[in-house]
Amino acid sequence: MKTKKIYERPLIKPLNSGLMNKFGKRTEWTPLTEIDGIKVVDLLQEYGSPLFVYSEKKIRENYQHAKRVFETRYPKVQFAWSYKTCYLNAVCDVYHQEGSWAEVVSRFEYEKALKNGVPGNKIIFNGPDKTNEDLELAIKNNSPIHIDHLDELYRLNELAANLTKKPKVAIRVNMDTGIYPMWDRFGFNYENGQAWDAINKIITLDKLELVGLHTHIGTFMLTPSAYAVAASKMADLAINIKKKYKKSVAYIDMGGGFASKNTLKGSYYMGSDTVPDIEEYAEAITSSLINAGFDKDEMPYLYLETGRALIDDAGFLLGTVIANKRLSDGRRATILDFGVNIMFTSFWYDHKISPVEELGYHTEDTTLYGPMCMNIDVVRENISMPPLSPGNHVVAHFVGAYNVTQSMQFISLRPAIVMIDTKGKPHLIKTKESLEGIQKDELVPEHLRIFKL
Amino acid sequence: MFVSSINTNIMKLKKDLAISDSGFLFNPSTGDSYSLNPIGVEFFKLLQKGNSDDEIISQIINDYAIDKNSVEKDLYDFKNLLVNYKLINA
Ligand SMILES: Cc1ncc(COP(=O)(O)O)c(C=O)c1O
Repeated sequence: MKTKKIYERPLIKPLNSGLMNKFGKRTEWTPLTEIDGIKVVDLLQEYGSPLFVYSEKKIRENYQHAKRVFETRYPKVQFAWSYKTCYLNAVCDVYHQEGSWAEVVSRFEYEKALKNGVPGNKIIFNGPDKTNEDLELAIKNNSPIHIDHLDELYRLNELAANLTKKPKVAIRVNMDTGIYPMWDRFGFNYENGQAWDAINKIITLDKLELVGLHTHIGTFMLTPSAYAVAASKMADLAINIKKKYKKSVAYIDMGGGFASKNTLKGSYYMGSDTVPDIEEYAEAITSSLINAGFDKDEMPYLYLETGRALIDDAGFLLGTVIANKRLSDGRRATILDFGVNIMFTSFWYDHKISPVEELGYHTEDTTLYGPMCMNIDVVRENISMPPLSPGNHVVAHFVGAYNVTQSMQFISLRPAIVMIDTKGKPHLIKTKESLEGIQKDELVPEHLRIFKL
Repeated sequence: MFVSSINTNIMKLKKDLAISDSGFLFNPSTGDSYSLNPIGVEFFKLLQKGNSDDEIISQIINDYAIDKNSVEKDLYDFKNLLVNYKLINA
């Protein structure tokens, strides 16, 4: 028998000479066959589809790079891993092994950090929702508590009234950094004097120890200069506290918000070409602090709660093509086995999606849908892809931040998660959800159990 | 407008279309050009020769490692696209 030629779907595509169409240059036909030396198809075979994959190597590289970039510009730097960005224990542990503390915004995250073995005094407790029990636990563990609002400040003062040791606190400050929208929902405002008001209350009531100042000016910030403004304002507060009360704060916490190399929806250029490098953020922050006028031996620690910029490119989502369709207006549509249920960030980003198999250079414009029965389930509105057929595989890039923590258990079970270690060996770090696991917390009243159909 | 209910089996490609082996297709009556992948070229040439759907399908499954159903689906889709691009006289 003669050997037959390899088949792919027939394609025909208009050439719009001179005109840049909305699909632009983002032709993503280069297949991604391996992650850290392991074949993508082998991973899918072994652990099922869809599948999240984290690269331990990449996480460590990102962290070490960021640390180096800041430490070469400023003498005292401490990172605290933003748990909400990705609180898979294996991921947190990599950061902790690298020397990162924990930054948490809820009791749930706080306990997770404790269970992971982070000492209480190295867990930064942020967020507007801390109950008295949460605060008492944090006080007992000597954790820095970042006060979000006046009610919390009063409650803390009451709780501290009967204690011999002063709870360690910082205030969260919000401010105008020239960017819009301004995140003024959290913390005390700098410009209108709220921040000073809170500082005065803490220091004159003398029940709490003001150890730091905290801000988080926004997320996916594309303008490093906003950080320069923010760091100057924070330094200004610190220096004036020193002037007024002869008291130095131990640290200035600049929060998170550095952009990852993702492409924001609707932006014409690829994120990898336009997003500032971490060096630019570091330069903005550290020059503001260094030039602020601190005494040389009283420079505050610089704390950073960087989230997405440290993890986004270390996470991949592997999936499978379910079907192809032609929409009523002639556009092509491809249905994948993952959608916005587990890739929430498709609402924000045009994620880079690569085929896994070699499918040639010819591409067609298509819409990528997820498997949910809903209109909002769009992975990519327009993308130029080689002809995908059912059973082919794809990889979504830069999904390391916020997808695992914000994924929805909707319609189907959430997938397994694998981490590839630095020697190229995969480890299952979360098993695929099971029906039993999901229903474990459900209760059915006795009178509803019996029915006849 | 794309009309999916068209019976593509009885439609004929426009006569003056020129296609190169590398997959460059030119429609002289509109000035529009298109790019086809190698299989697209094969389908197109079989259509140009006036083959019926059944003839095209059996030719393709004879030459390529592919099943009949897939080719049938792809041919149907391909012809719909040709209608969409006004390369077939409906
Ligand atoms: C207080 C705080 N710190 C850190 C982060 C991490 O932000 P990012 O992932 O943008 O770096 C967040 C996220 O919203 C936050 O609210």
